[in-house]
Amino acid sequence: MFNEIEFTCNGNLTRVKIEPHWTLLHLLREGLGFTGTKEGCGSGECGACTVIVDGLAVNACIYLAVEADGKDITTVEGLADADGTLHPLQQSFVDNGGIQCGFCTPGMLMSAKALLDDTPAPDETQIKEALAGNICRCTGYVQIFDSVKAATGESREDIRVVAWKDNDERR
Amino acid sequence: MNKFEYLVPQTLDEAVSMYDAHGDQAAYIAGGTDIVVKMKEYKISPGYIISLKHVLPRSEPQRDRETGELTLAASVTHRMIENSALIKNEYPILHDAIGNIGSVQIRNVATIGGNLVNAVPSADGVIPLIALDAGVNIYGAKGKRSLALVHFFTGPGQNVLEKGEILVDIVIPPQLPHTGSAYHKFGRRKAMELPMLGVGVLLSLEERTRRCARARVCLGVAAPTPFRALGAERFLVGKKIDDAVLQEAGTIAAEESQVRDSIRGVAWYRREMVAVLVRRMGQKCLERIKTTSEKA
Repeated sequence: MFNEIEFTCNGNLTRVKIEPHWTLLHLLREGLGFTGTKEGCGSGECGACTVIVDGLAVNACIYLAVEADGKDITTVEGLADADGTLHPLQQSFVDNGGIQCGFCTPGMLMSAKALLDDTPAPDETQIKEALAGNICRCTGYVQIFDSVKAATGESREDIRVVAWKDNDERR
Repeated sequence: MNKFEYLVPQTLDEAVSMYDAHGDQAAYIAGGTDIVVKMKEYKISPGYIISLKHVLPRSEPQRDRETGELTLAASVTHRMIENSALIKNEYPILHDAIGNIGSVQIRNVATIGGNLVNAVPSADGVIPLIALDAGVNIYGAKGKRSLALVHFFTGPGQNVLEKGEILVDIVIPPQLPHTGSAYHKFGRRKAMELPMLGVGVLLSLEERTRRCARARVCLGVAAPTPFRALGAERFLVGKKIDDAVLQEAGTIAAEESQVRDSIRGVAWYRREMVAVLVRRMGQKCLERIKTTSEKA
C-alpha cells in the first residue's frame, strides 16, 4: 500500500508516493537521492541522520516518512548556494578543522543550523547541548564546537538556506 | 521494519474504534521515537499504526487561572516543556528532568505521554510528575477515567492502560506556597544516557513555623516501577528541615529502595547514592524556596 505525501524539501515542493513503513531517512536517501544525510546507528542515538523539520532538528532514521506530509524539510544539501558557495557554517567547519572522516558532519551541521536559526548567538553550553545528540568517533568535538562558535560571528542574513532549485542543472 | 498500514483518525472515538477493529495488530503512535525503534528491531510488528497527531491537541503547557491546575497534553513534546517559561519558573523539578532526556533531536519529537505510556523504570519524565502529585486522564472504549500517576505503573514496561485506551493528558494540581522541588538524573555521562538513578524531592514549608508541611521523595530505577519513598516522606513532615534531617530521610529512602544490579550500576552503589541524592535534592529544594521568597 502506498501513501502520497507532499512536503517542501530544500525549498522545492516535493510530491512522492511512499510506503508507510519507510523512514524519512529512507525516503531522502533511497527515494530522492539526498545521500548527504547518513545512517549511523539507525536508532536515534548518534545523530548522523539529523535533518531539520519545520525548524526543528530531528533524527530522520526514526521519523516515519508519512509524518513528513505538509512539513518543511532541510537536509545538508540545502545549505550551500546553488553555485557551490558553502554556507557559513560549512565554511567554518572547513576553516576550523571541524571535519575529520566527515561521516558525522552532515548531522553536526544540521543540529548547529537548527540551533543558530533559533539562537543566533549561543554560548558554549548551548552549543554543547544542541550537539549532545551528535556523536563523532574521530573525537573532534573541540574543533566542532569551535567551528560552530566561529560561525556565530556571521550576521543573521548570512545564515540562510539557498536550496537547489528544480531547474538547477546539477540535479 | 515490517510493512504496516498507517491510519489517521480525527477524533478520540475514531482512534479507539480503529484500535478495536484491529485488536492485537494495532498500535498507537505519537512521537514514535520509541515505537519506531522497536519496529526497526522487530521487537514489535503491528499491522496497523494509528497516528494520534490529530486526536491529541499539541498545545503549550497551560495553567487554569481559576483552578490553578497545570495541564500537559499527552502529545506535548519534551522540547515544548523544556522551553516553557512557566515550567522553568514554577515547576523547576520538571525542567530539571525534561532537559536531560535524550538529545535535542529526540526531545523535539518525543512526547511526554509516550514517556509515561512506555513505563520503563528509567523514564525521567515520570518522577517529577509523581512528586507534583500529577493525575492522568485516560480515554477508551468504556469512556473516560482518571487516576493518580503514581498508580499508573504496574511493572517494568507495564501500565494500567487496557487495550485501545489512550492517555489524553496529565494534570498537576496547584502547588502549596513555599514549595521547592528538584530532580537529579544520576548517570555516568550527561547526554544520551539512561539514568542509573532518578531522584526527585519536593518540600513545602509552613509559612509561620517553617516546618515541613508536605514532602515528596520519588525514586526512579530504584524499584521495578517509579515509587514514592513513603517512610522518608513521613519522616520529613512536621520537622524543621536541616542537613541532619535530610540525611536521615535519605537513609530511610535508601532502605525503602528495591535496587538491583544491572549493566548501568550495582545495587549497593545505587542504594548509597539514593541517600546522598535525596539529601542533596532536599537542600536544593530549600535553596529554591529561599530564592522564590526573596523574589516575591
